[in-house]
Amino acid sequence: MSPNTKSVNFWQGNQACAEAAIAAGCRFFAGYPITPASEIAEIMSQQLPKLGGTYVQMEDEIAAISAIIGAVWGGSLSMTATSGPGFSLMQENIGYAIMTETPCVIVDVQRAGPSTGQATKAAQGDLMQARWGTHGDHEMIVLAPNSSQETYELTIRAFSLSEKLRHPVILLSDEIVGHSREKVVVDSSRNDQIPRRLAKLGDPPYGGVNSDKHAIMPRFGDGHNLLITGSTHDERGFRKTSDSEAHDKLIRRITAKVQNARKILDDFVISGPESADWGIISFGSTSRSVEELMVSEKSRPTLRTMRLKTVWPFPDQAIRNFSKTVNKILVPELNLGQLSREISRVVRDTIEVVPLNKIGGGRMIEPDELLAKMSQS
Amino acid sequence: MSRYEVRIGGFGGQGVVTMAVVAGETASLYDKKFVVQTQSYGPEARGGASKSEIVISDEEIDFPKVQAPDVFVVLSRAAYLEYVNGLKDDGILIIDEDLVKIESDIPKTMKVYKIPATRIADKEVGSKQATNVVMLGAFAVITKVLSIEGLKARIEEKWPRFVKSNMLALELGMKAGEEALAKTA
Repeated sequence: MSPNTKSVNFWQGNQACAEAAIAAGCRFFAGYPITPASEIAEIMSQQLPKLGGTYVQMEDEIAAISAIIGAVWGGSLSMTATSGPGFSLMQENIGYAIMTETPCVIVDVQRAGPSTGQATKAAQGDLMQARWGTHGDHEMIVLAPNSSQETYELTIRAFSLSEKLRHPVILLSDEIVGHSREKVVVDSSRNDQIPRRLAKLGDPPYGGVNSDKHAIMPRFGDGHNLLITGSTHDERGFRKTSDSEAHDKLIRRITAKVQNARKILDDFVISGPESADWGIISFGSTSRSVEELMVSEKSRPTLRTMRLKTVWPFPDQAIRNFSKTVNKILVPELNLGQLSREISRVVRDTIEVVPLNKIGGGRMIEPDELLAKMSQS
Repeated sequence: MSRYEVRIGGFGGQGVVTMAVVAGETASLYDKKFVVQTQSYGPEARGGASKSEIVISDEEIDFPKVQAPDVFVVLSRAAYLEYVNGLKDDGILIIDEDLVKIESDIPKTMKVYKIPATRIADKEVGSKQATNVVMLGAFAVITKVLSIEGLKARIEEKWPRFVKSNMLALELGMKAGEEALAKTA
C-alpha cells in the first residue's frame, strides 16, 4: 500500500491511479504533464522519490514512453500517463513495447479531440486509438474504469496483466472518471505488489517458453547478453529483417498470447433481467448514466445492461450472447460511434444497434437522453 | 438523505474547486455519506469560468454530475447568469453580495442568502484567499448538510500551517450565515 493511502479515501480517479500504481510496486514514472492527466504525474513526482523510486519529467511524450520501456528493462515496474495528444505521440513506441515484449502501463485520461480540441472536457474518442493507434498487426489490452474505486482496482490489474503477458496495457480513463472525487476503500491487509519474474542467465529472452507463450524477461545488469530490437527477431534477439517465416512466427506468437488469455482478460458486468426490450452496452463514465437509469423509478422499457471493463480485446462472443437476450441494443458513448461500430461488426445484421453519441463540452449523457433515444427508436 | 445537489460557481482562483473538495471530503470521510465531487473549468490558469459540484446521498451515487441543484453558491456574475436557471424552484441561492446581484426574476419560493465572503476574508481575516473558507462556514450553517466538527477537523488536517486564519475565516463565515438566516426568517 502507498504510504498516503488510508483505509477510506476521498480521491479523484487520477489519484486512485497513482496510489494504486505505487501499491502495485511501480517505482518509475516518466511523463509530460497534460490536462486532464497531470495529477497522476504530480502525485508520482511527490511520492516516488520518497520511496526510492524515480520520477522524470521528459521533454515530450515520445521520450516518456521510451523512458518507461528502458526502465522496465532495468527491472522496474513502470508507468506513464497522458491524454489524447500525448497518447498519439506515444503510439510508435507502444508498438516497440509490444514487439520487444516489454510490460508497462500507459494511462490515457481522455479529453475531447482531435488535436488540442477541448483540453479540459471529457470524451471517449480514443477507444479506437487505444486499439489501433500503433501500426502493424497487434493485439491490445485496454481496461476502462468507471469510478475512482475501479480506477484503483484496474490500475493494479493493468500491472498484473502486463507482467503476466509481457505486453503493454492501457488504462483508458476519461476526464470525468479522472477528476471526480469519491470514496475509495482499500483493505490495509491486502498486498497488491506485483512481483517481477526475472530470467535465468542463458535463457533466450524471447520465444514461447512458458505457458503464457513468452520467455521470462531478463534484466539489465544481471549479466545477460541482450539484443533488444523493434525489428523482427528470433528467440535470441537476432534481427531477421527479410525472413518471412521468422516474422510470421513472431507476430503470430505475440498476438496469440493475448488472444489465448481471453479467459483472464474478459471482464464485463451484465445486469438486469434475463431477457429485455433493450440492451445497453457502455464503458467508462457513460456507464454511470446507464446505472442511474437502472435504479431510477422512471417508467422505462425493460433493460438489460452490459458494461465493458476490458474493452480490448473485444469480448465478441459475450456480446453475441448478450445480443440474443434483448430486442435492440443502445450504445451510448461520448464520441461519434466507435463502440457501436465494433458492436455492429460483432452482431452483423442479427439485431438493430442504435448509437447515441454526444461530443463536446464534457457533458455526460443524461439518463433522460437514454430514455428519449429508446422511445424514438 | 436522498440525493442532495450542490453547485458552486465563480472564476478560476477564487477557490471554487477547493471549496467543493473540502465540503466533499467532510461529507464523505467525517459524515460517512456517499459523495461525488466534480469540477469544470477552462484551460486558463486564472480568471476563466470555474464550476464545481457535489452530490451527497445516503445511497450509492451512480450519475456523478449535478442535474438540478438544491443549492447554488455564486461568486461571480458570469456564473450567476449561466447557472441560476438550473437551480430548483425551492432551492437555496447563496451569493457573495459584493460580486453578484440578483438581476433576474427568480421564483418566490427560492431562498436567497447574501454573504459578503470576499469582503470578510479581505478585511477581517486579512487575506482574500480565505474567501472560500468563509463561504464554507456560511454554507454549512445555512444548509446544515455538513457537520461543523467534521468541517473543522478536515480544514485542520488539510492545511496544518494555516489553522488559525482558516478557523477565523470559518467562524466569521458561520456568523455571517447565522445573520443571513435571521434576516430571511
